[in-house]
Amino acid sequence: MSEWLAFFQRYLPDFIQGAGVTLELTAIGLGLGFVLGLALALAKLYAPKWLRYLAIGYIELFRGTPLLVQLFLIYYGLPSLGVTLSQSMSAFLALGLNSAAYQAEYFRGAIQSIGASQMTAGRAIGLSRWKTIRYIILPQALRLVIPAWANEPISLLKTTAVVFLIAVQDLMAEGKRAATATYDPIGSYLAIAVIYLIMVFVLNEVLKYLERKTRIPGFEMETKKA
Amino acid sequence: MTKPILTVKNLAKKYGENIIFKNISLTVNEGDTIVIIGPSGTGKSTLLRCINLLTCPDEGQIWLDDKEITAKGCNEDAVRQHIGMVFQNFLLFNHLTAIENVKLGLTKVKHMNPAEAQIKAMNELERVGLADRANHYPGQLSGGQQQRVAIARALAMDPRIMLFDEPTSALDPELIGEVLEVMRKLALEGMTMLVVTHEMGFAREVADRIVFLEKGSIVEEGTPDELFYKPKFERTREFLWKITELYGKKETEKK
Amino acid sequence: MDVGKFFQYIASGTAYTVAVTFIALPFGLIVGLLFSLLHVYGGKFSSRIMSLYSTIMRGIPPIVLLFILYFIVSGSINLSPFWAGSISLGIVSSAYQMEIIRGAILSVSSGQMMAARAIGMNKLQAIQNVILPQTLRLAIPPWSNEAAIVIKDSSLVYALGVPEILRRAQLISASTQEPFLAFTTAALIYFALVFLTNRLLDLLERKLRIPANP
Repeated sequence: MSEWLAFFQRYLPDFIQGAGVTLELTAIGLGLGFVLGLALALAKLYAPKWLRYLAIGYIELFRGTPLLVQLFLIYYGLPSLGVTLSQSMSAFLALGLNSAAYQAEYFRGAIQSIGASQMTAGRAIGLSRWKTIRYIILPQALRLVIPAWANEPISLLKTTAVVFLIAVQDLMAEGKRAATATYDPIGSYLAIAVIYLIMVFVLNEVLKYLERKTRIPGFEMETKKA
Repeated sequence: MTKPILTVKNLAKKYGENIIFKNISLTVNEGDTIVIIGPSGTGKSTLLRCINLLTCPDEGQIWLDDKEITAKGCNEDAVRQHIGMVFQNFLLFNHLTAIENVKLGLTKVKHMNPAEAQIKAMNELERVGLADRANHYPGQLSGGQQQRVAIARALAMDPRIMLFDEPTSALDPELIGEVLEVMRKLALEGMTMLVVTHEMGFAREVADRIVFLEKGSIVEEGTPDELFYKPKFERTREFLWKITELYGKKETEKK
Repeated sequence: MDVGKFFQYIASGTAYTVAVTFIALPFGLIVGLLFSLLHVYGGKFSSRIMSLYSTIMRGIPPIVLLFILYFIVSGSINLSPFWAGSISLGIVSSAYQMEIIRGAILSVSSGQMMAARAIGMNKLQAIQNVILPQTLRLAIPPWSNEAAIVIKDSSLVYALGVPEILRRAQLISASTQEPFLAFTTAALIYFALVFLTNRLLDLLERKLRIPANP
């Protein structure tokens, strides 16, 4: 028992720091993914053919390949094309590009379920296509998408754990460091597993709160959560 | 021959504080068709479900033939083989064709050999007039057809008594007739039936006795003539004639 | 640089990737199916335990679980990284598959169970003959998604040194100094695997679909 206390005393600060990095990775990946994902969804639904196909291709590729491969491609592969990014930058970029593909599908689903009738209504009062999207469809879609979209922050939080493989100092990296130092891999990784669980739990509660706050009775999507 | 098939004594059921029904006693003799009527939400469905032990009654006893089925240690699954149930929402097995629906109980519960089960199942489908739809899936059948398959499915088990829980309430008006016709035929053939329904025309023509259930208690019970023309309670008369206005007229207009 | 040999080297990792998937996915299915049945039909206690299992296994990043299980397993039994990794991924997947199947079971209306009991079936017979056939059909689309996820997560065993696609890409990128090409090749192979799997499962779903009039 006392060795557990000693262990935590020594490593908890490091773990907390690593957790901070993990959260930072999640936030930035989520943000980047949000902007790009929204753009992709709009492109897939409303853009001219060539752009639509590009969006579809992007989404299929990023959802059809492992994040780890995408990460390595960016961190190890880009330099040979002249673009060298730091570990952190590579991680942010990979997570963001990856998340964008998944978020795009959530947005697409929500926009489609609002879809055509609202577009007709908007055009009928003289709004341009873009204006209708901006002022009528998106505000509704972004509210509608929240329950389904809430899966993504949690999924992303867990996904960030692999970036330690390119030496980003996130929670997993701290766990690995503790494991090698103490010759107790099981204990170390169990400890960070618990911390991940706590983070996921808290994040889940925050998202549930957000869902509750933004719910409009009767205004819900028929789809099931992933 | 008045041999009681089903005897219910002092049955009661409540959900939490809510008393669904209490002090329900009735006897169904062989060949009888008993129709239970009453306002919605008075526990008629729950009562039927207690009779075939899908729901557990809180008080009271039920006998099927001479066996007390509410007794401890009674094998409920075995009992249900002898009580046929037809639901308001048909509840056909969606992944099976009509004939497979009818056969399932025969092969899996009665352990009949497949060839015999096929023959019996086809007979039951013919009985309800759907032999030509044997290989259709529920999604390919109309509501009335689905309900008739459901009746065949229940009949295939050769039950001692058939329970009908508002069998036509979920049907479009044009489809109600075909189901009532099958039920009428069954009654004429001597099947013992306990029917919950709003179809007053059916009740008047086919029932041997009508039971009026309201607010969880039996208000009155008697032959159709008694209840319609010489009811003991004002409430009975009120209810019957109001419903007849809504439903009965439709029935008599049709034929 | 011999392009043929380059591609072949990476592609030979595919056997490992496929093998890992073929162990993890069925393992996850059997455990997931069992646990979901326990969750839905097993009573309050079972239900709570299964919920806990689900929350924990789905709340931890797969790679963390992979490492924990790998070290636990290789400590007690002498399992190769390949087997330890595959089984670990199977355990992770079982939690997600449990939720998928559970969702599908709950979508099959409770009326189906009632109708099955009404013709004298006991719970087990009802589950086997009425609930599961419908459940498994409903589960195919989300399961197809999970299959794709397991194929992609198999890349995590890279961290255990298993010579699958990603590990080989990394090795050859180091020796040929062609990282972009190597990892792009790896990506394309994964993509092909995921694409193929999804199409096959789509076909299966269509084949098993119950006919209905529109």
